[in-house]
Amino acid sequence: MTLFLKPNPANGVPIYLQLKEQIMHACETGALKAGDSLPGIRVLAESLVINPNTVARVYRELEQEGVLELRHGIGAFVAATGRTTRWTAARTGQMQAAQKAAKEFVGELRRRRIEPDEIRRLVEAELSSGARQRFGRTGSGD
Amino acid sequence: MEHSTLKRAHAIETEGLTKFYGTFEAVRGLTMRVPAGTITGFLGQNGAGKSSTIRMLLGMMKPTAGTGRVLDFDIAEERPSIEMRKRVAYVGEDKRLYDYMTVRQMIAFTKSFYPTWNDDVGKKLLDEFRLPLDRPTKKLSKGMRTQTALLLAFSRGAELLILDEPTEGLDPVMAEKLLELVVGAAADGATIFFSSHNVAEVEQIADRILLIDRGQLVLDTTLDLISQDFRRLRGVYDMPFPPGALAVDGVERVTVDGRVVSVLASHNSSAIAERMRAHQGGGTVEIIPLTLKEIVLESLRGEPHV
Repeated sequence: MTLFLKPNPANGVPIYLQLKEQIMHACETGALKAGDSLPGIRVLAESLVINPNTVARVYRELEQEGVLELRHGIGAFVAATGRTTRWTAARTGQMQAAQKAAKEFVGELRRRRIEPDEIRRLVEAELSSGARQRFGRTGSGD
Repeated sequence: MEHSTLKRAHAIETEGLTKFYGTFEAVRGLTMRVPAGTITGFLGQNGAGKSSTIRMLLGMMKPTAGTGRVLDFDIAEERPSIEMRKRVAYVGEDKRLYDYMTVRQMIAFTKSFYPTWNDDVGKKLLDEFRLPLDRPTKKLSKGMRTQTALLLAFSRGAELLILDEPTEGLDPVMAEKLLELVVGAAADGATIFFSSHNVAEVEQIADRILLIDRGQLVLDTTLDLISQDFRRLRGVYDMPFPPGALAVDGVERVTVDGRVVSVLASHNSSAIAERMRAHQGGGTVEIIPLTLKEIVLESLRGEPHV
């Protein structure tokens, strides 16, 4: 399996979000197109050596978001009318613009003698301080 | 999912489980739950009580006090425990094989006890491990013994797999292979409860972790919550930081080292950062994600002192 990379459990982003973002990204870049099938839950879990519940959850969420279609007993497919397919062109432009902005931003900080490690920490702090607060917070309930 | 048994919420439940060795309390009132269908990592230092707990769960040892249920079987009763062991596969440090049997005989013998035996898994593993089918198991190398034990455990179609330090002594390739087996068994609907020293492998495949220290549960959470919610916050202060200034929900531990105040938060990190920024003389507050390893080390450092 070369389409997806093994998620890194230690980077502060839950494995399920990393996988979800990888699938979205594959749809956006055209690596996966409408109608393409995704690996089965078991196959993907084994090849990435991650929890199958995680894969199942990602597929379910992406189905709810209209990115994937789950056909019972057959598997997961990129939705024909999925929003990522419609996004592709616009999204590619967006990502290119974002990449340019990131380049300028990093360049500016480097000119101010901020070290790469410090930049990483600053960005991480910004991302950590709000973006992921929408999820539940205790682990013991079930 | 291949198991059509009645859906139960927890594969393992204990209530006040306690084990004394003489006056030494190995397990002290352990109350924990392993939800069915999860891969749950069981972490703790050497001597924390992991193996004692597992031995009690398997009916290999009687608890001094407390109760436990494994797949709805009471672990204290002898007969149910035999029934229970038919549906639970266990791989521990001692890879028990019948020395006089060849690998082929050992597989056939084990298979005859388990109607749920999965030939696909068995054949696949035999192929991958390239085990010498006609060699007596007593003549197998240590690695081959482990592979044989894993083949037997993972082919049984068990509802619950209890693994005690399964990757201990395995080379990195075999260790990754084992994790793959765990993931495959979970995909078949099995519950996996495995103890480990290796935090990285737990982080990779588990959905839940239970951390015990000195026979007691000190952390029970999911890996998703750890990466979403656990954070370290660091701020620099010129003025002394008054104790109790950070009595905020989610603050697990505050450490002051000179001008640096470091906070371990289990959740609520935005509000805590706000509070830290608002504090007199406070400048920037960094919010840093935590790895499971850091959280484990912090949790084992003793009681929180907020």
